[in-house]
Order: sequence, then structure tokens, then C-alpha cells
Amino acid sequence: MTKIATTPAENTRLQRSLGVLRDVMARPSGTIGLTLVACHLILAIISPWIVPYDYKAMDSLLMLKGPSGAHWLGTDHLGRDVLTRVLLGGREALLVTGIATPIAVIWGGLLGIFFGLVGGRLDEVFMRVVDAFLSLPWILKMLVLIVTFGTGIEVLIPTLAFFYGIPVIRIARAATHDVVARDFISAARARGHGRITVISRELLPNVLDTLMVEGAMRWSWMLLAFSSLSFLGFGVSPPKPDWGLMIADARGFMSFAPWGVLGPVIALSSLIIGINLTADALAKALGIDRAQKAPV
Amino acid sequence: MSTLIDIRDISVGFVGRDGRTREVLRNIDLAVDSGECVGLVGESGSGKSTLALAAMGYLKRGLRLLNGSATFNGTDIFAQSRQELERIRGGQLALIPQNSGQSLTPTMRIGAQLHEALRLHSALPADHHATKAIELLGHVRLPDPKAIVTRFPHELSGGQQQRVAIAMALAGEPKALLLDEPTTGLDVTTQAHILELLRDIAAERGMAMVYVSHDLGAIARVCTRVVVMYAGEIVLEGSTRHVLKSPTHPYAQGLLASIPKLDCAALPIALDGRPPAPGDAGAGCAFADRCAIVQDRCRSVRPQLAPSEIGGTVRCFLAEEAKRQKGRTTGAAPVRYSGDDTMLDLDGLSISYAKPRLLEQMLGRGTNVPPTVDDISISVGKGETLGLVGESGSGKSTILKAIAGLLPPAGGAVTAGDQPLPHTVEQRHPSQLRQIQLIFQNPDDSLNPRHTVSDILEQPLKLYFGLSGNKLRARSAEILERVRLGAHYLDRLPNQLSGGEKQRVAIARAFAAGPEIVLCDEVTSALDVSVQAAILDLLNDLKKTQGTTYIFVSHDLAVVRVLSDRVAVLYQGRLCEIGQTHQVFGGESHPYTKVLLGAVLEPDPDAEPTLAADDVVERAPPERGCPFQRRCPRRLGAICDTDAPPWQSPATGHAIRCHISLEDLNAD
Repeated sequence: MTKIATTPAENTRLQRSLGVLRDVMARPSGTIGLTLVACHLILAIISPWIVPYDYKAMDSLLMLKGPSGAHWLGTDHLGRDVLTRVLLGGREALLVTGIATPIAVIWGGLLGIFFGLVGGRLDEVFMRVVDAFLSLPWILKMLVLIVTFGTGIEVLIPTLAFFYGIPVIRIARAATHDVVARDFISAARARGHGRITVISRELLPNVLDTLMVEGAMRWSWMLLAFSSLSFLGFGVSPPKPDWGLMIADARGFMSFAPWGVLGPVIALSSLIIGINLTADALAKALGIDRAQKAPV
Repeated sequence: MSTLIDIRDISVGFVGRDGRTREVLRNIDLAVDSGECVGLVGESGSGKSTLALAAMGYLKRGLRLLNGSATFNGTDIFAQSRQELERIRGGQLALIPQNSGQSLTPTMRIGAQLHEALRLHSALPADHHATKAIELLGHVRLPDPKAIVTRFPHELSGGQQQRVAIAMALAGEPKALLLDEPTTGLDVTTQAHILELLRDIAAERGMAMVYVSHDLGAIARVCTRVVVMYAGEIVLEGSTRHVLKSPTHPYAQGLLASIPKLDCAALPIALDGRPPAPGDAGAGCAFADRCAIVQDRCRSVRPQLAPSEIGGTVRCFLAEEAKRQKGRTTGAAPVRYSGDDTMLDLDGLSISYAKPRLLEQMLGRGTNVPPTVDDISISVGKGETLGLVGESGSGKSTILKAIAGLLPPAGGAVTAGDQPLPHTVEQRHPSQLRQIQLIFQNPDDSLNPRHTVSDILEQPLKLYFGLSGNKLRARSAEILERVRLGAHYLDRLPNQLSGGEKQRVAIARAFAAGPEIVLCDEVTSALDVSVQAAILDLLNDLKKTQGTTYIFVSHDLAVVRVLSDRVAVLYQGRLCEIGQTHQVFGGESHPYTKVLLGAVLEPDPDAEPTLAADDVVERAPPERGCPFQRRCPRRLGAICDTDAPPWQSPATGHAIRCHISLEDLNAD
């Protein structure tokens, strides 16, 4: 029942990554997810050059106008073009979370691997601290820091990276436990390899897959958190456009001007759905999702 | 006799990534009469489990029925509704899976699980369930059924769990039992007991059984008829006697020749090659590529199942010839050791898993739990192979880990060559580490799935010899050659190799270090018999060319017999007997050795196991006296409980640790 590749492939790291990418693309969830994420990323980069209007140009004559030829998604309560603001509204969120996610995965992952390897009483005590942290509502924890230090990027990135790294510790620790018990680790120890070699060569490659999938999931959660903070007024400051902020501003007029909410909602949810679908396909391509193993 | 299970022209397959339909079962006809016991045998991937499960209308995820029908007791299984199937399955047609420990619900008491089975599949009123449950547990010969119903699955041993699974299957008074490798993974003694139980139950109740196993010994014991499967089709079918004693298909012959036998010291013959992947069998005979007597027509025309002249049916053009070819049944003689230099010396080794509890730590006392392994003194000669045998929990692997430095012993000393070895890997010098290499049971677990074969082989070469660049790769290829794999395997990942190839890579990695001592921990247990034979042959070859000292751990006595010069028998981490292989396997021996040997199943319908001791699994050794006191069939009396038995030596190099005098040991 072993699947045997008919072509003896060059099993370099690059080729494995390409193979995984191909596998992700071959799945419907991967195709849709990656397309959504790619569209968002491209738009975020090029939007300043393609937007039809100035995002802060107000026009009292155009307040809350419905979609038209000139304003495809209508205008908001200050007469600003919604399409322009939707196109630009993801930039800040993607920038902040794009930097904070890798930081969260790296520090959480390293600490998780460390405690997974050390075990014993130190691990026991530390994990209870982690549990205690996880039991507090995230929004509360974050608001405390943001209210204390301010709402700039330089505060938001470390805050998000810190709080979203904590669950990664758990995942990395569990993945480490799975791998450490396997014989190839014993074999490497019995050969007399140093601790660093065993960790970097034997352990890390096997934990990395799990961390990648976890990272993708964390990214989507972090986006949601960032938008929630903006919605509450603690993220991006006006007049800069941001989806969370736009939803907050337009929600009062939802009953008669739904376009103000609809644009940013669709943008935000399509990005989050895209990331989730990609993470899902990635997990399957890497063989982490055991329920979906290939037949026979 | 009426036909109970009738499978007609069934084909089962899946659609591969490339969109091609690949058949796992190909046009199979199989009829099982009521009260009959049919064995399905073949290598892994031959489709035997799929066929048995198809008989109850179950196909694994991704598989679909392509053709044919399965009828059970007159009802077309695949045409039934879900509800109807649920009524039949577990009721009239019950399945006993391989690992029943995993199929029992861990949070439910045994009694509750049996009640559930009775509620769903028997007509008994609810107030009779409790007594019926106890009665069923008594039927499967579990001691003290009243106590068992209150237990949880994890409180039972593997053999007891398997008995509970059988009791659950019997709850619905089934007409037929499907058994999917029901004794694989159990100890030899437990396996023999379970098989006897199944035989008796089938005879008492007139139940039909379909017994799926790769173990021809088990099949020989239980089944009246055997069906040999290869690449999803039946290649030979006939009475057990006919198939096992005078097989007419070359595949069945090869399979039989690859089984090591207890009464034969020669190496078994490996069946080279491997079966085609599903859907890859060509137009001709699926076995053609591995067949010793293949002819041109075998490759172009697919042979049909035809009645054979001595009964049964066979799918081979050359059945007549195959019968005549039968002469070649034993392989090369294993290399035997002769010498007297000591390579490895274990002196009073004891290992304890028990940690002192907090209170004991504070009072500065050690635990009074007896150590898991105690008082092991063995010396192994240069180039000698020492077999370590015993049931699971006897401490075989624990001793290997201690020698390798992965588990620090609580007491005693390990000496390799003439230098004493420090207890842990960290304290040992690289040259001492290089000397001793360990090969694990399961290559899926011992090879890093993310490393290519060359990565795997280069690690010891870089570490011990500091090789690099072209030299490194050339040396890797050379080592790979030695385990009979070509250099083109260097860039493959473990999941691109078959089970046997993976184990070869693991062996190659151990030999890359140029070790003097190789520790083999059940190295063939995870492999098919045909592959096992090849691995044994390879190990024997390496012993010949490298003069390696092996410590060979296995629960399979026949495998140990083939390779070992000397054998040590362990029970509960204590030595019972040690001696030359022929001394241990014949003549006077320890009562425990007798029990082990008696339980071995030979692929011969005439061989009958002797079941001397109960298959109780002990969790800890007794504090005093003989370790085997609680299960010994030849207990003398109180002396066995109180005094440690003395070593007695019936011949040079042979020692038995028992209170019974040598004359009495010899008596039976």
C-alpha cells in the first residue's frame, strides 16, 4: 500500500516545496484560496496607483449615494468613494499582520519546541502559565496594552505578535512531543549527534510543516483581531481607510445605505476565507490532515 | 452444507490521481459454507482484508464496487439499505479486527460494551443482559468474568482485550465471523490460546469463519480451506493440507519457503521482487515477474483459475511443473561462529523504570519496586550472534537500549572489547559510539521522513569519519550496494520505498559506521515473510563479510533460531536460560522455554501446539523467588516463591535457572 513514485525525483528542498505548492493548487480549496489571497496581495500593493479617487476627498453633495457609473460602490456618509477606500483599506491590516504573524510563529514555535524537549517540571509550570493566558479574552488583554502604549503600528505589531504567539507554543510543543518519541530521534541520539544537530536536522523539518499550517491559521485570526480593533477605534486612525473602521463608520446607515458596509465586509471575509482555504489545502498537501489520507 | 457467504465475480477499485481506475480486487469468486473456516493469505497489499470486508458490504474510504455481488445468507449485501446492513453487521456477521484494544471504547466498562452489543444484536430482554454478558466472557475463557465486566479496556492485557472482542462478536449469535489478523501483535503463547479458543467456538456453534492472516502457522491451525491471494486475485485455493503440504502455485511455494521453521536451521529462501501496485499488473500473469519458472506465455496471457488434479483450483499454466520444482525448499546455511574473543560483556546489568516517589525522595530512600531488568550477565564473543527471546515485557528491547546508552542502567557494567562503556550516550567517546549500532523494529519510525536516503547514510559517515563531498557520496553508494540497493536510491525519500527497502536503508545506516556490535531490535517483525527472508539473508551475509557481532531480539523463535549462535531466554527481565541455539531449542530446557517452544505455530496442519501455561500477562516481576513462579506449569511449591532458583548447567555453555533438577527437566 506504499505509494511509490515512478520517477526517481530529485528530492531537494526546493523541489519538495514546488511539489507541495503543486499539490495545494491541485485541490479546489487550494486553487480558490490561493487565488483569493494572491488577488488581495496584488491589490494591496498596486492600489495606490489604480484607485479612481482620493481616499480622503470629501464631498458634501455626494453623501451616501448609491452605486453609480462614477462611484461603483457608492459613497459614504462624508461623500468619499467607497471603492477607493475598500481597495486601500486592506493595506494597513496586511502590513501589520504580515509582519506580526512570522514573529508570532517564530517565537511561539521556538519556545514550544524548547519546552517540548525539556519537559519535566519547568514545562509543567510554564504550560499552566500559558493556559492561564489563553483563558483570558484576547480583546481585553490587547486593549490593556494598546490603551497603555498607544495605537501606532509600532505598538500593534508587537502586541499582536505576542498574543498570537502563545497558542503557537502549545501547537509546537505538541508537534515536538509527537516527533521526539519516534525512533529516528533515538537513532540520532544513539549515534552521538549533539543536541543542536538533533534539533535542527531531525526534529525541526518535521515540526515545520505543522508550524506552517498553524501560521496560516494564525494569520487569518490576526486579521480578524486587527479589524476588530479598528472597529473599536483602537487600530487605524481616521481618515486612513481600513475595513474595520469603515464597517464601524457605516454600520449606522446600514438600513438605507448598505453599500458602505458591504464593500469592506466582502473584502475582509474573502481574504479570511482565502487564507483558511489555503491553510486547509496546505495541511492536506503536507499530510497533516489524517482524516483525508489518500485511499488504499 | 449450504453456502453462507457467496461472493461472485467481485471487483473493487479506486480512481487514482491520474484518473485511471485501479483495481484492488479483480473478479473474485469465493463461497463459504456454513460451519466452514476459510483462510485468506497473501502479502500485504494482496487485497485479502479488502475481500473479507467486502463480504460484509464494507469498502474502505475511496474504494468502490466495480463489478460483481456479495451475498450473505441469501441477501445481497451491496443492495441493502444502511439500516439493514447495520442489523446484519455485528449480528449475524461479526468482525473481529486486528487490534481490538483500539476498537474497544476506552471510557466504557467491559460490561457496558457487552450490554450495548446485546441490546443491538440479540433478542434477549434487557434484564437478562447482565447474566448473558458474564456467560459470554466465560465462553471466551476469561478468568473471573464477574470482575472483568467492571473493568475498563486499558486494565486488560492485549490477549484479554482480544477475548472481549470475540465475546462481543458472539453476542449476536453470528452465523459467520470475519477475522482480520486477530492475533497479529500478540505474544506467541497468547496467540496459541486465542486460536484454540476460536477453533473450539467455531466447532461448538457451527459458525463459519473467514480468517485473514499473513501467518500461515495460524491459518494451518484454524482453517480447513485456504485461499491464497496475489495482487488482488485468487491464485490458489484448496484444502489446508493441499495448499500447505503440496502447493501447486509458484507463489504459494515461494511464500512457504520464505517462512523460517523451528526444526530447520537453514536460512529461509527470500521471494525476490514485490507485487505490482494496484492496476499495474500487465496483461499476463501478475506473478510472472517474480516467478522462477516463468515462460513466455505467462507474460502475455492471463491464466485462469482451473481445477487442479489434487483438489482445489490454481491460477497457473505450469501447475504441474511447479509441483515438480518443489525440491528447493531450504536456503543457504547460516554462518556459524567459532572463536573465543569476548566482544561485549554485560555484568549484573539491572535497569529500573520506577522513579522514587516524592515521599521516598524526601526520606532519601530508593523505591522497593523490583527493577524491570535485573541481574543480566552475558558475554558475547567476537562475531557471535546472541538471540534474546521472551514475550513482550520481558525486557529484551530495554537491554538493547541500555547497551546503546539510551537508557542508563541502575546497576551493573557494560564492557565492549576491553573498555568499560560509560552508561549514557553523552558520556561515551565517539569511537565507542561508532562501535555499537542499533537497528530498530519499524523503519517507518526510525528513518526521518524528511531526509533522503543519502542524507540518512551520510550522517554516520560525516560524524564518525568526517567524509565530505564526492567521497561522501561515493561511500554512501558503496554502502547502499552492500545492502543490495542501487545508487539510484540515494535521492529517494523513505515514503518512496517499500517496507523491505526502508529496512535495508536502516541496516545500511547502521553498517555505515563500521560497527563491531549491531543490536537488532525485532528488525523483521514489521515486514512480510517474503521480505523478512531477504533481510535475514542480508544480515547473515554482512555477518560473513564484516564479522559483526549481533544481538538479535525477536519474539519469533524460528527467526531467532535461524541467525543465532547462542540464545538467551528472558522472562520479566530475568534470565531463565542461556546456551547454544541447539541446546536451548532441544534437550532439557527451562519450563518457560518449553512453554514458548510449545506455542510456536508451524505452517503445517499436522503440527499441534502444546499450551502449558496460562497466557496471563504479568505487569511486574515478583519480589522474591523465581520470576516465572506465577505461571509455571511445573511449579515445585513454596520454594519457587521464596528462593531465587540456582543456575544449573547440563552441558558446557548451557545454563538453566530453575529449582527442578536436571534429570527432572530432562524427563519430559
